[in-house]
Amino acid sequence: MPYQIIVCGGLAPDPLQTLEPVFDPARPSLKNELMLPAVFDPWAAHALYEAGHLARQHPGSVVRVVSLAPKAKLQQVMMTVAQKLPLELVALDGPGGGFTDAAAVAAALADAIAAMPDLDRSRLLLFGGWESATRGAGAVMQRVAERLGITEQFLAVDELSVEADGSLLVKERIEGGRHQISRCSSPPVMLAWATGNLPEPPNHPQTGMANMRVIMPALQKAKPVALEPAAEFLRTALPSVIRQTRVVKDVPAAEIAREIAEWIRQ
Amino acid sequence: MEKTLVLLHTVDGQVPQAGLETLGLAKSLGGEFDLAVLGAGAASAAQQISGGAAGVLAVEGDAFAVSRYATDAAACEALIRASGAPLILAPDTMRFHRALPGVAERLSAAIDTHVVSLNSEGAVERWYYRQRIEASLRRAQRPWILLVEPGSQPAAAPQPGAAPEILSVSCDTRTKIEGFSTPLAGEQTIRPDAPLLFVAGAGWTKKQKDGAVHVEEAANLILDFVRRTQCSLGSSKSLVDLSGEGQAVLPFLTHLHQVGQTGSSPRHKKGLATCCHGEEPHVVGWRFIQERRAINLDPNCGWVRGKADVVYVADAFEVMRELLKLI
Ligand SMILES: Cc1cc2nc3c(=O)[nH]c(=O)nc-3n(C[C@H](O)[C@H](O)[C@H](O)COP(=O)(O)OP(=O)(O)OC[C@H]3O[C@@H](n4cnc5c(N)ncnc54)[C@H](O)[C@@H]3O)c2cc1C
Repeated sequence: MPYQIIVCGGLAPDPLQTLEPVFDPARPSLKNELMLPAVFDPWAAHALYEAGHLARQHPGSVVRVVSLAPKAKLQQVMMTVAQKLPLELVALDGPGGGFTDAAAVAAALADAIAAMPDLDRSRLLLFGGWESATRGAGAVMQRVAERLGITEQFLAVDELSVEADGSLLVKERIEGGRHQISRCSSPPVMLAWATGNLPEPPNHPQTGMANMRVIMPALQKAKPVALEPAAEFLRTALPSVIRQTRVVKDVPAAEIAREIAEWIRQ
Repeated sequence: MEKTLVLLHTVDGQVPQAGLETLGLAKSLGGEFDLAVLGAGAASAAQQISGGAAGVLAVEGDAFAVSRYATDAAACEALIRASGAPLILAPDTMRFHRALPGVAERLSAAIDTHVVSLNSEGAVERWYYRQRIEASLRRAQRPWILLVEPGSQPAAAPQPGAAPEILSVSCDTRTKIEGFSTPLAGEQTIRPDAPLLFVAGAGWTKKQKDGAVHVEEAANLILDFVRRTQCSLGSSKSLVDLSGEGQAVLPFLTHLHQVGQTGSSPRHKKGLATCCHGEEPHVVGWRFIQERRAINLDPNCGWVRGKADVVYVADAFEVMRELLKLI
């Protein structure tokens, strides 16, 4: 049976970039925010790879990406993402970044999904990352799902398999380095992914070209979204913790071991 | 200070450390608070710690013994409504982190997660951009749910008090919990409550002085140390990626162990890094490790540049062999 898979994913500054906050109490941001190269949010990217994998296993399935981000940046990032797997894009043109409000973002995403004309909710798998690499709230996907009336929800998922009877077997991370295994009898469900088990798919230029034919018009149609600030920021800052490092050199291993053993016992 | 609800869940019939820490934070604010507990044995667990609470509530029963979104969300919604407190403090465990954002949506509430402090003026602190930027914020919206980061607060000493009022909650769900698995083949090596984090880097799998790799000995040294000290085990990204590519390198290290920018940011009092270089994307995951030591052959490794308190320029194989004789 085919699925309708919707992947919610925003953008994040490329993790190798140096980040510096600019403090404006009304709208805190990053220095040169619009200049920083961006990537598709890493956890949402895992969700997307899992979506592509599942869609291949269930012919007739569609993967749709819903993304709220500054349109120009989204276009750049989609040039890369589109090479990976067949997808459709629903773009919302609005502010990205960590200091936007999770609730407002969730409302915008849920509205965009609810407005999809041909959505069969009985086949809906709502995917996203369990947290973003920007706000790191881990709250957006649950709020989107609630707004769509989906109350079967999973967080920090590493594995999803479809059983012979159509039920969904889900492995979620829990405390203690373990997974909880749940069985949900049927869609609709929301899965907020951790890393999953799949590597990044290699680039496939033909897929990229086919995708861009639908992605470009979607970007042109991107609905503008204004996100009103909901919180009052009092301070944003870089942590400043440089330690006085003691370097221990040319000391026999046994002596180092004694020092470490004592430190562990303290 | 406005009234708070301290919302907790049980683990094996007891309120876990993370819950006592949240209770500790609520008590430190000095205002009136209610206490609510959810899960197996919730009523008796609540009574063991309800000293000082204005109202005490619980939800228990088979459906709520397990951690699952639909049932947990229904129970938390009922408990929050019954208390009516405008400010809700709950521990940021996986169980509550899964359930409470959706509950916030139902209650038209605000929610902030990974909260590391709250002061009596109602300002919270949390981190943004994968622990790279810290921020302090306030909200006018109520109810406001705050998920408090485990390890960030001193725990309250349990004080017995009144028995709870038990709410009856019903909820339909299509989800059944079937069990648990550990990717570590029975080896439970991540312990949030452990005082020490041991991190293994890619160096363990690289060619050593004699020109050969010694992965088997590395595995034995690491696992032996972890078992004896009951510490948490972490790793760097390159090691995780190597094992992800199916190579026979320390296969017990998975993505669950990765510490860093694209991994976790554990909170332990002490951390010992071995055979990892101390590169920035890895070290951001050490943000909340208070005392840090590293063993590395390279005297110019990243740790030396103010990222660790002590760096031992030494062969980790030799040091660990000696260390295992002492512990
Ligand atoms: C976008 C992005 C995100 C990333 N996110 C993360 C992340 O979340 N977490 C993470 O860890 N990394 C992350 N990285 C990768 C990170 O930058 C490093 O590449 C990685 O952490 C390096 O791993 P390492 O220090 O274990 O290995 P290496 O850099 O290979 O270092 C091995 C070290 O072992 C030492 N060594 C070898 N043998 C011995 C011995 N016998 N005794 C003592 N020392 C020895 C060597 O001197 C060397 O310093 C990320 C990278 C990118 C690009």
